Amino acid sequence: MTETTHTEAAPRDPHRVDPKLLEILVCPLTKAPLEYDAERQELVSRQAGLAYPIRDGIPIMLPDEARRLEG
Amino acid sequence: MLVFDRAAVRAHRERAAARWPQHDFLKRAVAGRLLDRLRDVTWRFERALDLGCHGGTVAELLPEVGGVGTLVQADLSPAMARRAAANGRPTLVADEEALPFAPDSFDLALSVLSLHWVNDLPGTLIQVNRCLKPDGLFLGALLGGDSLHELRVALMEAETELSGGLSPRISPFAEVRDCGGLLQRAGFALPVVDSDTITVTYADPLALMRELRGMGEANAVRERRRSGTPAALFARAAERYAERFAQPDGRIPLTFQVLYLTAWTPHETQPQPMRPGSARARLAEALDTVERPAGDRADPGPPHGRG
Repeated sequence: MTETTHTEAAPRDPHRVDPKLLEILVCPLTKAPLEYDAERQELVSRQAGLAYPIRDGIPIMLPDEARRLEG
Repeated sequence: MLVFDRAAVRAHRERAAARWPQHDFLKRAVAGRLLDRLRDVTWRFERALDLGCHGGTVAELLPEVGGVGTLVQADLSPAMARRAAANGRPTLVADEEALPFAPDSFDLALSVLSLHWVNDLPGTLIQVNRCLKPDGLFLGALLGGDSLHELRVALMEAETELSGGLSPRISPFAEVRDCGGLLQRAGFALPVVDSDTITVTYADPLALMRELRGMGEANAVRERRRSGTPAALFARAAERYAERFAQPDGRIPLTFQVLYLTAWTPHETQPQPMRPGSARARLAEALDTVERPAGDRADPGPPHGRG
């Protein structure tokens, strides 16, 4: 899991994903690690070519809700 | 083979989320009974998973039991997950059939009244096993065999009467006798399965159906009739229900059989069976007696006729 923004001591913002989740989440299809795109609020699975959305701090780890990556 | 329509399971929970606290009594009762088992365990679980969290009932009851650090909540329905997330605990949307967790993520996995909607229960248990650390604990509760039997009988009789045929309107449920083997095949050690029965009474069949929908437990069998239950059939089923099952006070009962699954991921400190022939003391000596051969095996007799 790679994180681009994460401050350890900051109080938890309900609209940001909990860092504890980022430590354990993998792609449900490939079980491969995910990249956290803080800008777009997505968890990207390169292997599956899918970006799972994070809505109000809740990762939606369903392939049919994920954005298909170009190329 | 796919038995359940997972999109329908999800849609039913989406609809149930708004009024969940009015219909969470069964979840609350079963979660309480399942969490009681944690009171017997003396150590602390740093990270736990609540798989199929609905509106966050387990998180609500957990502080009273204690022994758990971080609780991660997961549900198939985004609306349920949003409701659960209001308690401030890390929450995600996940499908029990395709879990998004790295190996060794949790010390404890809990699942209350969700796994009876999974098509591939063995597959889900394998995935739960993998996301647990060694010596991790799985505690699951799901509806089993005899659940909703009154409703099944009433609908079956009414449908046979009216249309001369049947369509599946009630889920098939797992049986106690299957679950121990399932847990073992999924790689769990020390599996224990037990069950209890919770009977709830309702004023009338309409109240009963409203409750099942409110719990998000409406029919999601793939082969169900999409048009729902026709009014005439429902009316006849309601009559049959009352005739067969109504109590003296006129209320009608509905039975939920709940299966409780307890199992651990293997670890060397757990009791292990010894290899056959590895004993170093003779039983006969310990009993201060003489060992005698048991003789030849019993004669199996002639083969059974199959004609």
